[in-house]
Amino acid sequence: MARKHSGEMVALMNLEALVFIFVGGVALAAAIAMVVTRNMVHSALFMVVVFLATAVLYLVYQAPLIAMLQITVYAGGIMVLFLFVIMLIGAEKMTHTENLRWQRPLAFGLMAALLVETIYIAIGQIKPPDPVAVGPEFGGPKAVGPVLFSQYLLPFELTSILLLVAMIGAVVLTIRREKTR
Amino acid sequence: MIPLAYPIALSALLFTIRIVGVMIRRNAIMMFMCVELMLNAANIAFIAFARSLGQMDGQVFVFFVITVAAAEVAVGLSLLVAIFRTRGSIEVDDLHDLRR
Repeated sequence: MARKHSGEMVALMNLEALVFIFVGGVALAAAIAMVVTRNMVHSALFMVVVFLATAVLYLVYQAPLIAMLQITVYAGGIMVLFLFVIMLIGAEKMTHTENLRWQRPLAFGLMAALLVETIYIAIGQIKPPDPVAVGPEFGGPKAVGPVLFSQYLLPFELTSILLLVAMIGAVVLTIRREKTR
Repeated sequence: MIPLAYPIALSALLFTIRIVGVMIRRNAIMMFMCVELMLNAANIAFIAFARSLGQMDGQVFVFFVITVAAAEVAVGLSLLVAIFRTRGSIEVDDLHDLRR
């Protein structure tokens, strides 16, 4: 019985690892494609792929509520806003202007440095705590709600003010005033 | 469970790709999208740590990050639209009034 149980655990872990590798690969490929492509609409659509892949990753890490929020807010709301503005401005094709020639090599050099540093810290420096077993409730609305509305009540309320300010700001910035003399 | 180093490394990789995107692209919308995705890359690390420690706080933080990102997109895009209306361009190289 115990052996069967541990076998199931191993199978589950392998499945988790497979999903992680696949989804992580998709996210990385889409991120690179997004930066490389010259068409802004394609770029925005690759961004949707990254968001969806990340949502699946959240599911692997038992955060179903956050995964759904990610899909509705990012892939639903934010992407529509981006695509709308891209098409409103008519900036689908990016023009290639390069005023600073030394900038691109410098960017890749800095990228390599940052990458080496972060991977070194991730692999070598972080002492992973012993994994904690969590129940199936973890990450659901029932678990997130009490923490959000008790311990983080003040930030939550401040968030509403932030959203109000953002809303007013967006309206004020885009309103077309009549020319008054 | 997958060792904690892998999601952190993935998060770092995604973050780095977006930093390069901000540095090599001269289009303001493109740079803005890359900044949004940097927040997203940080969220992966938050979620992985939340699961690893068995605490909800990381997920609550992701909730706040998503909210702030949404507010940021609303204001940022309206700023870009306003810039496009007055200048007719959103290439950052064209916006060099302060240099004169």
